[in-house]
Amino acid sequence: MVSTQAAQAEQTSVESAEQATVEFEAKAIRQASRRGFLMALPAYGYLVLFFAIPLMIVVVYSFATRTSSGGTALSGWNLDAYRKLGEPIVRDILFRSIWIALLTTVLCLIIAYPFSYYLATRSERVRNVLLVFVMIPFWSNFLVRNYAWRVLLGNDGPVSQVTSAIGLGETRILFTPLAVIIGLVYGFLPFMILPLYAAIERIDWRLVEASRDLYASGFESFRRVVLPLSMPGVVAGSILVFVPSLGAYVTPEILGGAKTTLLGSYVVVQFLTARNWPVGASLSFVLMSVMLVTTLIYFRSGGRTL
Amino acid sequence: MTETTEKCSVPAVGITGITKRFGDVVAVDNIDLSIADGEFFALLGPSGCGKTTTLRMIGGLDFPTEGSLRIFGDEVGTLPPNKRPVNTVFQNYALFPHMNVLENVGFGLKMQKVNKSDIAARSRQALDMVQLGHLAERRPTQLSGGQQQRVALARALVNEPKVLLLDEPLGALDLKLRQEMQLELKTLQRELGITFVFVTHDQEEALTMSDRIAVMDSGKLLQVAEPEAIYERPANRFVADFIGNTNLLEGTVADSTTVVLANGSRVEASSDHAAGTKVAVSLRPERAYCHEVGGAPSAHSTIDGKIRGTTYLGNAVVYRVALDWMELDVREENRPGMAKFEQWQEVTVSWDPSAVAVVAD
Ligand SMILES: Nc1ncnc2c1ncn2[C@@H]1O[C@H](COP(=O)(O)OP(=O)(O)O)[C@@H](O)[C@H]1O
Ligand SMILES: [Mg+2]
Repeated sequence: MVSTQAAQAEQTSVESAEQATVEFEAKAIRQASRRGFLMALPAYGYLVLFFAIPLMIVVVYSFATRTSSGGTALSGWNLDAYRKLGEPIVRDILFRSIWIALLTTVLCLIIAYPFSYYLATRSERVRNVLLVFVMIPFWSNFLVRNYAWRVLLGNDGPVSQVTSAIGLGETRILFTPLAVIIGLVYGFLPFMILPLYAAIERIDWRLVEASRDLYASGFESFRRVVLPLSMPGVVAGSILVFVPSLGAYVTPEILGGAKTTLLGSYVVVQFLTARNWPVGASLSFVLMSVMLVTTLIYFRSGGRTL
Repeated sequence: MTETTEKCSVPAVGITGITKRFGDVVAVDNIDLSIADGEFFALLGPSGCGKTTTLRMIGGLDFPTEGSLRIFGDEVGTLPPNKRPVNTVFQNYALFPHMNVLENVGFGLKMQKVNKSDIAARSRQALDMVQLGHLAERRPTQLSGGQQQRVALARALVNEPKVLLLDEPLGALDLKLRQEMQLELKTLQRELGITFVFVTHDQEEALTMSDRIAVMDSGKLLQVAEPEAIYERPANRFVADFIGNTNLLEGTVADSTTVVLANGSRVEASSDHAAGTKVAVSLRPERAYCHEVGGAPSAHSTIDGKIRGTTYLGNAVVYRVALDWMELDVREENRPGMAKFEQWQEVTVSWDPSAVAVVAD
């Protein structure tokens, strides 16, 4: 009898000890999360002030009414601005933008993959030097670099001079979609190289050795091990190139000329020239949604590279 | 060129004068090794002694700086790994994370362009062989260490290699599982008749599993022999010390049957070292006995000392005996009636003179 009582007493004390531990743990977790929130507070503030609020303003304006004088009335809420996006002019611009962004992405991928592979398989020292080379363009202004391309691709620029010297005649690249693509590929290539490099560099090389040991040739080894394992980098790089290419403004403005209006320029025209803020806002919002959805799909599919 | 006439005399792996340098580091230093067909062969040595490098050269993942390497008589020195009839079980398993277990196992067959239905059948069979048939659809990351190990084994064996290379395959497993797998590997090797080259730094594992053991240190091959010979007749001080526990009593050879120990006492120990050679007499703890002073059998060699410490192991007790000039471990099996000694008690340590080995550097 006595021993059972003792056992019971012991059990309750064990239970209460466990209870206490659980409570203590919960408290610790609460404290940790509070500390975490405090650290993230500036970032949250920044996001709300410069992203969430402006975005809300854009959304609100997209449902507003354009007055005949070119002003915007925050009344008579309607979907006119969204209906306007279905018109042929806008649709053409949309398709052209998507097409150019896709081409830019694919070209970046083709150029960046071999280079990133090369980069990832070098020694630490060579790697660091090459990475600096990748970053160098960022040291000068994006606008300046685009104007440099204007000089390079112009009708009497170096490219044209070379082609006419070897008898191919003058090249007329400037103010064509090709010039825009060249400019975009040039501008966004580092955004493809860096995630690709990160993904390839992270691959456990022993897996490649294992595949070689299992009778894979060098090529098969690449196709079945390196390529699939670098997919997160491919996806991340593609998003990082596709998204800004789709909304690009500076490069098409400087290199594209009047015939190659893209979405970015069209939005600007709506706000500044046509003074149709609701349409500009609705287009911005749609564009942003597309980008957001693309990115979400990426994270949902398990990519965690960036 | 002399033709090798007898087929069965061709070694599975023939290594002649192989050296591997990485810059200034000599990872493998001029080794000769001949591994027979169907042998369970262990490469044993401390970490960094060049075991993995040797194995990688056999597998074709590293190429020798010098020397010749033959597999069943064919020179393979510079052949890439996919052109060699060997497969490897890697130290960290190296399972492909983006494929499920079955695809992992079938990878080698797929690369050899075996037809699809055969791949499926043989992969399943290989998985069943390692008792993992039920986990075929899982990803490697969803398996325990022991299960991953078995998948790696199946992935290599499904290709029916002539030689299987295993780089510390059991290193990451806990003791119980490791012992189980040791037995399983051994049984598997017997049944399949494949030559196993097994790398380990665990001398006990090498002793229990292998037909022959090669002991390496600093890239050099120190001794190649059967487990018993390695344990009983170590080639030098390093081997004696590395394999099992031992007491090394420093001394000098007096003649072919006598060694003068460092304290001046003469003990009976036969060796073929020249008189005057600095040697150590290797006395295994389990070969020595403790007695009350003067209680040793007359045929035994003896040394007097004091009990300095006692370690209780359950199945045995190890007495640390302090001599004037060194300390000795003496292991007494925990049998009924085992003699017990007190701390600081004066004792006589004795051993049968035929139970020691004389080793030089
Ligand atoms: N790729 C390499 N580059 C430079 N040194 C290496 C390389 N691989 C191995 N080594 C060196 O060679 C020696 C033997 O290594 P290893 O064969 O891995 O030893 P073990 O497998 O016996 O632990 C070590 O000193 C190691 O540092
Ligand atoms: Mg190793």
